[in-house]
Amino acid sequence: MFRYIVRRLLQMVLTFFGATFIVYALMFANVDDPLQALAGDRPITDSQRAVLEARYHLDDGFFTQYWHYVSGLLTGDFGQSLTGRPISEMLAQAWPVTVRLALFAIVIAAVIAVGAGVLSGIRRGGAFDTATLVLTLLVLAMPIVVLAPLAQLVFGIQLGWFPPTATRDANLYELLLPALVLGTLVVATELRVTRTSVAENLRADYVRTARAKGLAPKRVIGVHVLRNSLIPVITLIGVDIGALMSGAVVTEGVFNIPGVGFNLLRGIRTEDGPLVVGFVSVLVIVFLVINLIVDLLYAALDPRIRYE
Amino acid sequence: MPGKSPWKMAAGAAAIVLLAAGCSGSTSEDTESLPNSISIGIVEPSSLVPSNTVEANGSQVLASLFYPLVRFDAKGAPYPVAAQSITADKQKRVWTVKLRPGFTFSNGEPVTADNYVNAWNYGAYGPHAQDASYFFKRIDGYADLQGKDADGDGPQKPGEPKAKEMRGLKKVDNLTFRVTLTEGFAGWASVMGYDAFYPLPKAAFSGEGELKKDFGEAPIGNGPFKIKGKWEHDEKIVVEQVADFKGTVPKVAAITWKIYQDLGAQYADLVAGNLDVETKIPIESLGSASGDLGNRLGKSPSSAFHFVGFPVYEQKYKNPDVRRALSMAINRGEMTDQVFLGAETPANGFVSPVVNGARPNACGEACEYNPTKARQLYTAADGPKDIKITYNVDGGHKAWVDAMCNQIKASLGINCTGVGEPKLKTLLDKVRAKQDVGLIRLAWTMDYPLMESYLGPLFTSDGSSNYYGYKNSTFDSLVRQGSAATDTAQAVKLWREAEDILVKDMPVLPLRFGQNVFGYSERVTDVTMDPFQKVDIYAIDIAG
Repeated sequence: MFRYIVRRLLQMVLTFFGATFIVYALMFANVDDPLQALAGDRPITDSQRAVLEARYHLDDGFFTQYWHYVSGLLTGDFGQSLTGRPISEMLAQAWPVTVRLALFAIVIAAVIAVGAGVLSGIRRGGAFDTATLVLTLLVLAMPIVVLAPLAQLVFGIQLGWFPPTATRDANLYELLLPALVLGTLVVATELRVTRTSVAENLRADYVRTARAKGLAPKRVIGVHVLRNSLIPVITLIGVDIGALMSGAVVTEGVFNIPGVGFNLLRGIRTEDGPLVVGFVSVLVIVFLVINLIVDLLYAALDPRIRYE
Repeated sequence: MPGKSPWKMAAGAAAIVLLAAGCSGSTSEDTESLPNSISIGIVEPSSLVPSNTVEANGSQVLASLFYPLVRFDAKGAPYPVAAQSITADKQKRVWTVKLRPGFTFSNGEPVTADNYVNAWNYGAYGPHAQDASYFFKRIDGYADLQGKDADGDGPQKPGEPKAKEMRGLKKVDNLTFRVTLTEGFAGWASVMGYDAFYPLPKAAFSGEGELKKDFGEAPIGNGPFKIKGKWEHDEKIVVEQVADFKGTVPKVAAITWKIYQDLGAQYADLVAGNLDVETKIPIESLGSASGDLGNRLGKSPSSAFHFVGFPVYEQKYKNPDVRRALSMAINRGEMTDQVFLGAETPANGFVSPVVNGARPNACGEACEYNPTKARQLYTAADGPKDIKITYNVDGGHKAWVDAMCNQIKASLGINCTGVGEPKLKTLLDKVRAKQDVGLIRLAWTMDYPLMESYLGPLFTSDGSSNYYGYKNSTFDSLVRQGSAATDTAQAVKLWREAEDILVKDMPVLPLRFGQNVFGYSERVTDVTMDPFQKVDIYAIDIAG
């Protein structure tokens, strides 16, 4: 187990540098004149351009620029956004709210998905199962660019149940509507996976054995079926956490939450290379760590799996 | 570990998650608004250092923190505010600014001539790379503050500038300073109303001519409000009234500048009553805005000028008759009504009507929709059978360019296509390389309310934004004479003559003038916006 973790950590280092290199190269190829993008329609004077290019190393070649970036990164310096703000500060301000939003969304989604998934798995083909099937199809078909403004209009403005926007220090109540909207991204898939997995395990040999031994139905489902059914769901939820953190671009925009998704979008729009690479670097780490945790959790849930 | 109850683990994990999600939840309650404070929506400013601020959002916030030398009346004429008097010599070259006594910065420092001189020198110094430094261009000695780039755009870095202070900027006494320009300019008093000309306190500087690194995070100004705490990026900037302010005292006690990334989110907050003023109603909400807001929806002219330029270096657009025919082939009113839902107004001149001296119908017949005459003129001049209009796709221009093309097709019976370029930069690069891009989508907002702010940069031979290569020496000299004229009436007369030349030559097609379309909540009243896209913070009041 220990050796496995060390090996994974070493792999993570390689993955991290590979990923940041690719993102950096892509940004470099995409950017043609960030200074002009920042200035908008207004012309920049030559002397101003010269100073700014020197400050952000824009006049250097690709590898020199990348070297500047990586050597900064290794000393914990994420560099400066082209607007002059230190990126480490922007990261520190943006991450907490995004993490809270994503975790909140995943808790809501997981509770609904596992609860409803188990119920419809047990009563396969029943009215509840059919109803959830239709509902999940509806949710899957609805893209978040439609759902988010719609939820804001109906629940935020017309009914007035929730505040239509949230801020960086939003409380749980303010985050509830965005989290619900964000949760719909993953709830349908999680629900379907739970249902299938439960339905399948109900017919497994060990369940028949358990029943034959005379165990109470509650215990059969609560311990034997559920524990084995949750393995694929846990994997899915783990990966979803990462997806929700990076995938909140639309939701954060609509509900005015200054988190990671918003900063990524802004960085891409203003050709702010260091900003994008900084946020993506942290996202890469988050993905890697979550995947490692999920894999370790696997072993905890399923005694048959052993890491050597 | 496998033997332990997974349920307990799951419950524990869920509890931790909820705790983490809720832990800082209570902090948002302490911003409960004071009874006499209002909130106004903005987009994250790019900077709050006056000499580095050239966009409307930063400018709006600075207007609450600083008190300008001059403000502008309804006609766009300047009148002194922080200055007691602004006088010039006969040639309008040497300007003497006398400050009103008794003013202080919000940190208690008295405002003196030094504060202006130091701030302007800081802004003009090349290596500081301030966005608004070009405002100081007219001051004598500005060129010496710019590093000479020996090899043009080459790899060599520009050298150290010759001087750190502009020779044309001299302190006379504690409350008086003198500005000498490179050449006479009657409109200089108007220029000094801009953000770049705010004073900076001693506390702003860390050393000789160097600004403190974090000054822009919590600027100290000479205005009616002072910043509370500091700029909370992507969130808000709170300003509260300074005790016994010597100038015009605003009616509200505090303003929260709420920062939004998205105009739609801002609109949602406005309708739900969580925001008092939105300065720019998004175009997709315009349809429902009058229903949502009723008479709390306001419009006022802004200085924006939208046009398409003719690449006059192209043979096919050389004939002014071709250009005039195209101008008469388009129906500007239809475009502003149908595409922009009345958020912009048709342009019938080359200078925005917000500027002193601009005429309501300078362009006359040449900008009126007249398809029959356009077709005659176009056929007689043998205009091209196929034209292109190139625009940048990141600015939402497709809808109106397509509409315009359809009008041209219908009026002239020729083919017209809209071509998208990814960015304005790529578009302008092609124009500089004199490629065949067809008509070019462009826009302009003024720097100061003078006709020259449109005529100079856009149409003179060496104008900074004359991308289409229009050249007319009579026009150039009229604009220059107007700038050097000794009084405003004379200047306006000359500039109008210059504009008449444009009507004849038609180097660009004037299309639309911008408007501020703003909305406000039931809590506030007397909301007005000026041509600089700023809310008048002195007039706005709490309703009832």
